[in-house]
Amino acid sequence: MNGLGLYFDVAHLLAGGLVLVSFMMLYQFRMYALLNFYAVHALVLSASVAWQALIQGAPHLYVTAGIALVFKALIIPVALHRIVQRLGIHRTIETVVGIGPTMLAGMGLVALSIGVMLPVTGSADILAREDLAFALAVILLGLLMMVSRHNAVSQVVGFMSLENGLVLAATGAKGMPLVVEISVAFSVLIAFIVIGIFLFRIRERFDTVDVQALDSFRGERR
Amino acid sequence: MNLVPSLSIVAALLALGVLAVPLAPRRGGSALVYVAALLLTLAALAPPVALLLAGVDAGTVARLSLPLGIPWLGAHFRIDALSAFFLVVVNLGGAASSLYSLGYGRHEPSPGRVLPFYCAFLAGMNLVVLADDAFSFLLAWEFMSLSSWALVMAHHREPGNALAGFVYLTMASFGTLSLLLAFGVLAGPEGAYTFEQIRSREPAPLLASLALVLVLLGAGSKAGLVPLHAWLPLAHPAAPSQVSALMSGVMTKVAVYGFVRIVFDLLGEPQLWWSMVVLALGGITSALGVLYALMQHDLKKLLAYHTVENIGIIFIGLGLAMAFRANAMGWAAALALTAALFHVLNHSLFKSLLFFGAGAVLTATGERDMEKLGGLIHRMPRTAFAFLAGSAAISALPPLNGFVSEWLTFQAMLVSPQLPQWGLKFLVPAVGALLALSAALAAACFVKAFGVTFLGRPRSERARTAREVDGFAVGAMFALALLCLLAGVLPGVVIDGIAPVTQYLLGGRMPEQLSQAWLSIVPITAGRSSYNGLLLFAFIALSMVVVITAIHRLASHAVRRGPAWDCGFADDNPRAQYTAGSFAQPIRRVFGTLVFAAREHVTMPSPGDMAPARLEVRLRDPVWELFYAPIAVAVGFAADRFDRLQFLTIRKYLSLVFGALILLLLVLVLWAR
Repeated sequence: MNGLGLYFDVAHLLAGGLVLVSFMMLYQFRMYALLNFYAVHALVLSASVAWQALIQGAPHLYVTAGIALVFKALIIPVALHRIVQRLGIHRTIETVVGIGPTMLAGMGLVALSIGVMLPVTGSADILAREDLAFALAVILLGLLMMVSRHNAVSQVVGFMSLENGLVLAATGAKGMPLVVEISVAFSVLIAFIVIGIFLFRIRERFDTVDVQALDSFRGERR
Repeated sequence: MNLVPSLSIVAALLALGVLAVPLAPRRGGSALVYVAALLLTLAALAPPVALLLAGVDAGTVARLSLPLGIPWLGAHFRIDALSAFFLVVVNLGGAASSLYSLGYGRHEPSPGRVLPFYCAFLAGMNLVVLADDAFSFLLAWEFMSLSSWALVMAHHREPGNALAGFVYLTMASFGTLSLLLAFGVLAGPEGAYTFEQIRSREPAPLLASLALVLVLLGAGSKAGLVPLHAWLPLAHPAAPSQVSALMSGVMTKVAVYGFVRIVFDLLGEPQLWWSMVVLALGGITSALGVLYALMQHDLKKLLAYHTVENIGIIFIGLGLAMAFRANAMGWAAALALTAALFHVLNHSLFKSLLFFGAGAVLTATGERDMEKLGGLIHRMPRTAFAFLAGSAAISALPPLNGFVSEWLTFQAMLVSPQLPQWGLKFLVPAVGALLALSAALAAACFVKAFGVTFLGRPRSERARTAREVDGFAVGAMFALALLCLLAGVLPGVVIDGIAPVTQYLLGGRMPEQLSQAWLSIVPITAGRSSYNGLLLFAFIALSMVVVITAIHRLASHAVRRGPAWDCGFADDNPRAQYTAGSFAQPIRRVFGTLVFAAREHVTMPSPGDMAPARLEVRLRDPVWELFYAPIAVAVGFAADRFDRLQFLTIRKYLSLVFGALILLLLVLVLWAR
């Protein structure tokens, strides 16, 4: 990998940074810290996409980077901050399993995604291969976050970090048209709005956004 | 030879089905549709008959490809001797049934539920026989199944019909799934789906055996092989009678066509054990089918169980043909296959006739339960005569057609000592014993069916006031009875008509029959055995004339006086008559105790008690309890367990998705190693 030079090293650094931030999101106990790390996640994604735009000479990717920066690193975290404030949501995050096992599982997922991606993309160029492996790791870590948290807000954050992984995968491969990225970004925005409204509804009904309350309302045993 | 006429008739039938939707509610609309269906099916008879009469000529094959269906495959059609023979069976049954419906259809309360599907059903059966690639075959097969399912559900509000429709749909889907997998095995990984490509492939022995098992499941479930027959006695009686006749007489034959086409034509050289499986299944099916029929007092259900029995007889013939073919005894294989195909034609004739008769009885009396019928020979003499002819034919009485095909089957069995394998040397006589047993029991069963329904005194008010059915229905029955007689006294014509089929499939044929002296039929050589239906018929007719003349001329005309004979009825209550139940009782005691675990229980009232004594008979269905009940229990158990999945939390659903994703990725990683 030494012969690939600065371009590859920086792209590798940024994609690896995204995985690292995903890990950092996994061990956050407090809501604001989680939202801040999500902003960092989006920031690193934006930098990674911008770097891809530079090395691929694809100016439309700058638009994607801009969308990531404006919407995901600024608007969404700020909005979520305000929702949390206005709803007076409990500021600690209850996890299903402990942080230790979650981190171990996350490491296993990264190993798995590298194990899946590297053999099947043998014919692609080295940069795309590494990128796809990291992207899959980010997606799986986002899913892991969704299933290991009780809190609805952290599930939303997990879903959006998953989506960041999708964008990373999309920009890593050359020749991905802009339309797709915009539609993906907007779908996430819509999902965010829907889930936001959903949160208000839950709060109105049950005075909590803990999804356990929904289950107890349905009379489920746990 | 050209395929265009046959395919245009199929298209016309489909168009007729669409036209039937607006026509059905109008007056005379259903008659118009049935006349059109009659003309179309009669026209469809012409090309295959011409092909079969052209004789043994391998060149008489026509192919046609249409750019329909899957783009890279297209739709292939083909007519050869085998499909021509089955086209004759299908369209003969279709024509008879359309003629019958001209009158019978007038009693249909909701023609809109019957007419469109009736035409579609006829078109579907024609298409199955004409198809020349796996996709068209399966599509036509499923089309046939679904349109007949709609016909079974035509009177869906009657009790039991919804269950019949459900069981039929389940079994039909299962059968199509098996055939789909069978074609998948035959086509192999490169996807050679046209029959031409499948023929040229040589499947590995293990794969060929797998395909045979799947075909047995698929075609067997449609034909009614035990233990896959469970839907048949439910669905056939549920449909309107002309459709029952088509389903029992014709659709089961299309299933036989599927089996013959795949096993004899596409699968290549047979293995020896295949024939043993088919023979054993055929023997069990024929014996069990007739035993079920004997225990049955519902006229249409009885006929449906007899279809099971006759399918068993046909499969015995096919199994023999496979055994002889595996041993390179082409002439014996040709004899066995001819017997099986002859029985296919015969059964389609007399089973349609009998279902028409049952339908006529149902229209006239509203009853299917034989215990409420009786004495109908006085009210419905023509129907009674036609039903008697059909009963004699299905009971294999000479000179009618049923005798010829069963005799040919036995002739093929008598060749079996020449087989080198000891297993077959023992198996074939055992199957022969089962066949003989079922033939005898079938005769007993039809003595019961005819005697209890048409003879004696009426057992209910509606049987007393029954009236003969209309001319079209009677005409259709008499036409079929005449065909039964013709095929019985001139079997040589039919055998020579089947010769191109055996020539195509086995490369051999039976000796030419029409050139034999006195129109005898000779299965192998004249010195060995021969049968002359015409002579027998002439002898029976002549001796009847002689006896009748003798009685009338020579009997005493002197007047004598004596006590009035009460005809055996000391009590003139119709309930004192012999019933279907009492007729079946000895046979139930002999076989039913073992097969059906039949138990009789008599409740005698204590002295002084005015309550009637009661005799209760309990029968258990071994097939249902052994095969279907465990499956039903397993499905119910699994459904109960999976029901919990409906009430998980959001997080648990996400965890399920996550777990499944991780599992699949792990499989991918390990697979790549």
